[in-house]
Amino acid sequence: MTRRRGRIAFVAAAGTAAALGLSACGGDSSASGGTQLTWWINPDGGGSDPEGGGQVQLAKECTAASDGAYTINFQMLPNSASDQRQQLLRRLASSDEGVDIMSIDPVFVAEFAEAGFLAQVPADMKSEFTEGVVPPAVTNAHWKDTMYAAPFWANTQLLWYRESVAKEAGLDMSEPITWDELIEAAKKVDTEIGVQASRYEGYMVWINALVEGAGEHIVQNPGAPGEELEFGLDTDGGTQAAAVIQKLADAKVGGPALGSTNETTSLDMFQNEKAGFMLNWPYVYAALKGAEVDWMDDLAWARYPRTVQGEESKPPLGGIEMGVNAASDDPKAAWEAVACLTSAESQTTYMLGTGNPAARTEVYDDSEIREQFPMADQIRTSLADSGPRPLTQYYGDVSSGIQRVYSPPGSVDPDTTPQQAESLLHAVLKGDALL
Amino acid sequence: MSATPPTTQAAKGAKSPLSDRSRSEQRLGWKLAMPAFIVMVLVTGYPILQAVWNSFFAYRLTDPDNRRFVGLNNYLVSFTDQVFWSAMWMTVLVTIITVVVELVLGFIIALVMHRIVLPRRTLRTLVLIPYSIITVVSGFTWLYAFSTGTGFVNQWIQWMPGIDANYNWFGGFWSSLFVISLSEIWKTTPFMSLLLLAGLAQVDTSMEEAAKVDGASWLQVLIKVILPSMKAAVMVALLFRTLDAFRIFDNIFIMTGGANDTSSLSMLIYRQTIDRTEIGLGSALSVILFLCVLVIAAVFVKAFKVDLAEGRG
Repeated sequence: MTRRRGRIAFVAAAGTAAALGLSACGGDSSASGGTQLTWWINPDGGGSDPEGGGQVQLAKECTAASDGAYTINFQMLPNSASDQRQQLLRRLASSDEGVDIMSIDPVFVAEFAEAGFLAQVPADMKSEFTEGVVPPAVTNAHWKDTMYAAPFWANTQLLWYRESVAKEAGLDMSEPITWDELIEAAKKVDTEIGVQASRYEGYMVWINALVEGAGEHIVQNPGAPGEELEFGLDTDGGTQAAAVIQKLADAKVGGPALGSTNETTSLDMFQNEKAGFMLNWPYVYAALKGAEVDWMDDLAWARYPRTVQGEESKPPLGGIEMGVNAASDDPKAAWEAVACLTSAESQTTYMLGTGNPAARTEVYDDSEIREQFPMADQIRTSLADSGPRPLTQYYGDVSSGIQRVYSPPGSVDPDTTPQQAESLLHAVLKGDALL
Repeated sequence: MSATPPTTQAAKGAKSPLSDRSRSEQRLGWKLAMPAFIVMVLVTGYPILQAVWNSFFAYRLTDPDNRRFVGLNNYLVSFTDQVFWSAMWMTVLVTIITVVVELVLGFIIALVMHRIVLPRRTLRTLVLIPYSIITVVSGFTWLYAFSTGTGFVNQWIQWMPGIDANYNWFGGFWSSLFVISLSEIWKTTPFMSLLLLAGLAQVDTSMEEAAKVDGASWLQVLIKVILPSMKAAVMVALLFRTLDAFRIFDNIFIMTGGANDTSSLSMLIYRQTIDRTEIGLGSALSVILFLCVLVIAAVFVKAFKVDLAEGRG
C-alpha cells in the first residue's frame, strides 16, 4: 500500500469510527424517533422474561403504551440491596448517562438525593405519585421536603404462624400480641421463631421495627450533618428493643443458628415445621403455595408483634422507589415512563406476577388481588402503620454500625449494647473510627 | 603480518569500536524498553501514587465537594482503632495457618507425585482441579457444606456421640476461622505442590544417591540434601502464597462477611472504600496493606538470601 493510499484508508477508518461514536453518543433516539430509556431494576420473580409478570414485563407494556414516545430497556442490578446501592452509586457518581430510571431501596433515596444524583419529581406530577399511596412510602420518596422518587411497591412484614401451634400455646391471635408473649409461647410448645438476625440489612430491619415499636426512632434528627446526628438507641425504648433480642436469644427459640438467619433460612425453618412462627415479607405466601406444602390450611398471619405492651407495633417498611438520574439525557421522558410503571394498573400486574405488594391502596380492592392474597387487608394496614428505617444520607454507616454492635444476637445486652452502638456511630460519623 | 599493539595513550583515552557499539546497543535497549516502562509506570505507578495522595484527604464519593486535607489523620484513625488490629490479627492468623499447612501438605503431595512414574500427568491434572475452581465458587461450596441445618458436615457428625448436630460453624471467631482456612487450604495446596514439584525436579539425584551410599537415613536425605537444594523453589512458593494469603478476601466475604471479628485487612478496605465510599480512609488502609506486602517480600528475600535472578539457593 502506498503512503497516499494508506493515509486515505486511515482517514476513512477514522471517519467511520467518528460516525459510529457520534451515533453512539446520540443513541437516545431510536430508528422510530422515540427516546431510549434504560431502567436499572432489582431482580424479581419475573426474571428477564417479558412475560414473567415482573419489572421487565412492565417495561415492555409501558413501551407499547407510549406509542413510540419512548422505549424502556432494562439492566439487572445485583441481588442484595447493598450491592444494588454500590452499583448505582458508582454509575451515578460518574454521571453515567446509561442510567435513566432506577429501582431504589427506600433507605437509599436520601443518600442519592443528598449527593445530587436524583432528578426532582416534576411539580405537575407530584400528585400523580402521591395520591392513593401509603403514606410511609411517600415519606421515603422525599428528602428535605423535596420529592425525589415515586413509590412503586411497598413491602411490610407480617407474623406468619401455624394456627395449630398458636392454639396449642394458648395464644389469642385475634388480639395484638407482644414479642414477650410470642417468645414464651414458642418456649412452651418447644417450637422456633424465624427471624432475620444474620449480620446484614435484614437484621437492621428487625432492630428498627423493635425500636419503632417501642415509640423511638433510631435517628432522632433526620437530615442533620453526620457530626450532629442524634440517636434513639440508648433510651428506654431502645433498651426495651434490645431486651427483646436478648430474650429471644437466651430462650433459644430463634433456631440453632440465630446469628446466621436471613429471609430464606427463616422460610426454610418454617417450611420444614421447625418453626411455628416467622416474621417475614408477604412473598412467603406464594413461596409456600409454590412449594405445595401440605399444611397450607394451617397457615395464618397476623400483625407484627408489639415491642411493649400497650404500644402499637410498627411493622417494617421495605419495597422499591423509582428514581430518575439527574444526568439522564431525557428526564422528562423518564418521569413519563415512571408514571406508567407506577400506575395502579402496573402495580396490580406486578403484585399478581411477583407477589410484591403495591404501594397504591386501591390495588388491594382488586378482586383478583383479593383472591390471590387473602392477607391483602392485613398488608394494607401494616403498610399504613409501618415504621420506616432512618431517613439519613448516612444510612449505610448507621445500618452497618448497628449491625456490628448488635451481632451476634446472643451478645446483645440491653444495659450496654445500645450505648455502645451510639458511641460507635458518633465516632464513625465524626471520622474517628473505622466501620 | 604483525599486528601493531595500541599505544598506552590510545588504550587509555580513545574509545574502542566495541565500546561504541556497546553504548549504541544500550541506547537501543532503553529505547525498546521505554514504551513498556512508560506503560508500567502509568498502569502500576499512577494508581499507587494516587492512592497515597488520596490517603491524605477526607472525602466520600457521595460528597466530593467536601474534600478536606487531613494529613496523616486517616493513618492515625486506622492505627488507633481496635477494628484495624482485629483485622490485622485475622489476616496474620489466616496467613500463618494456611501457608504452614499448605507447605506441609503441598510438600507431601509433591513428593508423591515426584515418585510416581506412570500416571504423572493425570495425577497433576487431578490435583490441580481445586485450584482451577474460582474462589467464590469454592467458598460457597464450603459455606453450604458447613451450614447449620442443611450442610452435610453437621449431618455427618450427628452420628458421633456427644457432638452437637446443629453446631453453628459461622457463629464464632474460631470455628469461622477454621472453615475459612480449610477452604483456602483446599483450594491452594495444589498450587503449592506444583511449585514444590518443580523444585524437586531440580534436586541433583546423584547427591541423594551419594548420601544414601554414605548411610544417611531417608529423613537425613530429606533435611540435609533435598530441602537445601529446593531453597529457591520453597522461597518462591512461600513468597507467592504468603502474599496471596495476606490479601485474603473472597472466602471471608462469602462465608462471614466479616462477622465475629473475621474481617481481614482487604475486607476492611472494601468496607471503607466500597460500602462507605470513604475514599481517603480506604486509600490509607490500602497503602498500609501495600507496605505490609512490601515488608513481607523483603523479609523473605533477605531471610533466604536467594539470588532470584540466578535461581540459586
